[in-house]
Amino acid sequence: MEIIRPGINIDLIGKMKIAAAASLLVVIISILSLILHGGPNLGIDFAGGTLVQIKFSQETSADRIRDSLKTIDLGNSVIQRFGYHDNNEFLIKTEKSSSALKGLSNKIEEALNSSYSNGDFEIRRVEVVGPKVGKDLREKGMLAMLYAVIGILIYVTWRFELRYAVGAVIALLHDVLITVGIFSLLGKEFTLPIIAALLTIIGYSLNDTIVVFDRIRENIKGTRKQPLKDIVNSSINQVMSRTVLTSFTTLLVVLALFIFGGAVIHDFAFALLIGVLIGTYSSIFIASPTILVWESVSPSKEKRGK
Amino acid sequence: MSDKNIKVRGIATLVIVAIALFFLIPSVTQKLPSVWKDHTDKIHLGLDLQGGMHLVMEVETEKAVESAMERISNDLKETLMEERVRFKHLDREGGAVVTLELPDKESRTRFEKILKNNFPNLDIKSSETTNGIEKVYLKIKDKQVASIEEFALEQSLETIRNRVDEFGVSEPEIIPQGKDRILIQLPGIKDPQRAINLIGKTALLEFKMLDEEHSVDEALRGDVPSGDIIAYGYKVGSETGQRTKIPYLLKRKTLLTGESLEDARVSISNRFGESYVSLKFDSQGARDFERITAQNVKKRLAIVLDGVVHSAPVIQERISGGNAQITGNFTMDEAHDLAIVLRAGALPAPVRILEQRTVGPSLGQDSIDKGILSIIVGSILVILFMVMYYNLSGIVADIALSLNIILILGALAAFKATLTLPGIAGIVLTIGMAVDANVLIFERIREELRLGKSPRAAIAGGFSKALLTIVDANVTTLIAALVLFQFGTGPIKGFAVTLSIGIICSMFTAIFVTRIIYDYFVWDRNIKRVSI
Repeated sequence: MEIIRPGINIDLIGKMKIAAAASLLVVIISILSLILHGGPNLGIDFAGGTLVQIKFSQETSADRIRDSLKTIDLGNSVIQRFGYHDNNEFLIKTEKSSSALKGLSNKIEEALNSSYSNGDFEIRRVEVVGPKVGKDLREKGMLAMLYAVIGILIYVTWRFELRYAVGAVIALLHDVLITVGIFSLLGKEFTLPIIAALLTIIGYSLNDTIVVFDRIRENIKGTRKQPLKDIVNSSINQVMSRTVLTSFTTLLVVLALFIFGGAVIHDFAFALLIGVLIGTYSSIFIASPTILVWESVSPSKEKRGK
Repeated sequence: MSDKNIKVRGIATLVIVAIALFFLIPSVTQKLPSVWKDHTDKIHLGLDLQGGMHLVMEVETEKAVESAMERISNDLKETLMEERVRFKHLDREGGAVVTLELPDKESRTRFEKILKNNFPNLDIKSSETTNGIEKVYLKIKDKQVASIEEFALEQSLETIRNRVDEFGVSEPEIIPQGKDRILIQLPGIKDPQRAINLIGKTALLEFKMLDEEHSVDEALRGDVPSGDIIAYGYKVGSETGQRTKIPYLLKRKTLLTGESLEDARVSISNRFGESYVSLKFDSQGARDFERITAQNVKKRLAIVLDGVVHSAPVIQERISGGNAQITGNFTMDEAHDLAIVLRAGALPAPVRILEQRTVGPSLGQDSIDKGILSIIVGSILVILFMVMYYNLSGIVADIALSLNIILILGALAAFKATLTLPGIAGIVLTIGMAVDANVLIFERIREELRLGKSPRAAIAGGFSKALLTIVDANVTTLIAALVLFQFGTGPIKGFAVTLSIGIICSMFTAIFVTRIIYDYFVWDRNIKRVSI
């Protein structure tokens, strides 16, 4: 079986400008969304606060929960359905994390007991993150991204050349930015697992990019006459089959995770889903063209045909 | 490559898989000989899967420095008085700074001498002279402050460990984090709030005399006699159940602390069936207690726990034998927990909860079930796809994939790594990415075959050309995973671990193991056509 026919030779580089324009547009939309929303929508991991996950044995509504929480001054919290509708699970989120909320889950239990009968609900998860820890995690998360990018820059420079490394890093920044942008547009929250997902996307996007680079490097060694542009184009085409296949198998498993993995890792799987798609796109349309742009700005010493 | 070489590689693979199975099987079934079970562990599940509580506490080490300063300043006051140095207003001025006023040059010289000889840990921070009176600011030397803070963390750690041990949690994890934090993981805890109360209680037990010569009411109006403090106790009305706050005027000086305790037990009073905690002092404490009670007969002694007066009984007579009791309206659980914290000792400084995450056991089980379902569905999809796309070669890749999953799980068990929900996601992701190495190899082999090479040459070429690409592509993902490991806490670390193990195992199975299978068919069976 073959999906991508051998000998395929699409003029991808010719479509470079369209792709660059499209990417730029999406990146700008992402940045705009982030600015308009006042930065990413931070979950309690980073903003500090309290989250309580409650499962009810019978159908109920956010309003009813809110009513019962008014007695303990939590009527203003965010109350939202969690997971599928018939799960009857809800999340209660509040910005507060102070010591005044000590024993919060007990308080909530008592408050709910007044309007639900005991045993009708179960507190399944409580997370309290103080503002200090939130700030720490925010800084650590940013640093982790930075270190990952630097580490990758060094490795790719060592194994290839600086221009490849720059191409790879631009591509992965593109991927991360767009994923963050989509999260912002959809109003999804940033939590610790999402940082993990972003780092995985970085790794994955690179994986794809390296495979293309590897072929470019191999083809450059083989021919001296061809213009770099053609080499890049044919290299991408040669590995196209693999790129599509791997993205497909990875998408299969991420979809399995997205559909069956449960509400707790739903957003995590969603981030990976976006990441895999964009990562595949960027290794073709962003990473490799960067090498060409670099070449036109500062040509390498090797002489090759125009 | 020779036939023998294939056998060696085949045996090596079998040995590795056997080792992985040796570690993995105990996680699947309990029906094993005890020799086997004793030498292996089940895969360790993270708190998000087995349920439990994750706490990060901050030790307020600056409070330990403050109380050290309090002690030192009391000593200083006594020494200065003994040496008859003239001074005024020796006070601890918020935080860990002590001020005092010296009226003349002579006392300043003598004060400095005493400071140098008797209080090597104190530094003069600054001084100012107004109207010939010199005001001196004292602080503890930086080096000493650092060691007090360090000691406070160590001691808190030790104390919390003791408390948790007595509370009875299986496999708790209590480790220091940075300069002033403690990470506590309590798997399977049933009553999180009770555990927090137990761990977070400072449990500083103090015995102080009541100041019965001055009026509490006057003190409350703001005229607190020097050397006195106001503390509160609570009284619960036996009928109304209402808590009322009662002020006490106490002598500042602490006569005895919980450090002198040898034991603390829950008891139940015969008369009312109320729970109380009976205390037993160690030998020095018993002597001190006897002296204190002898000197203060008919006066009231306050028992203060974390600044709250629990009771203030009148001393009827000298008490020897070193026994005392704390009463108060305790429930049985409260009394039980108080006894634990008193036995384990006070925390050297108050602790504050920075982060708390609790997952109930049912949610954990849910996550496990859903995670396993995702793994199964993901694997089946990938396995079917590979066979469809690469025919027999797809089966080879699927064998590698299955071995890969066994190796990952075996490695998790063998290295005692923790499996978390994101960790399961990591395994699922690895399954998708593991076949990537085989896809790379197979696509190369196809290319070589298209060039008209023999199966033998095409396979050799495919493997050797794809090898470096695979390594480069995986190392970059590994870099991201390692950074994640450094950064992450609990669940995220679990993800980094499975992703890293997965990458390494997949390289082994996809490159090494599949090659053996191909070599076997190409060299031993001498096949003429590759099904790919």
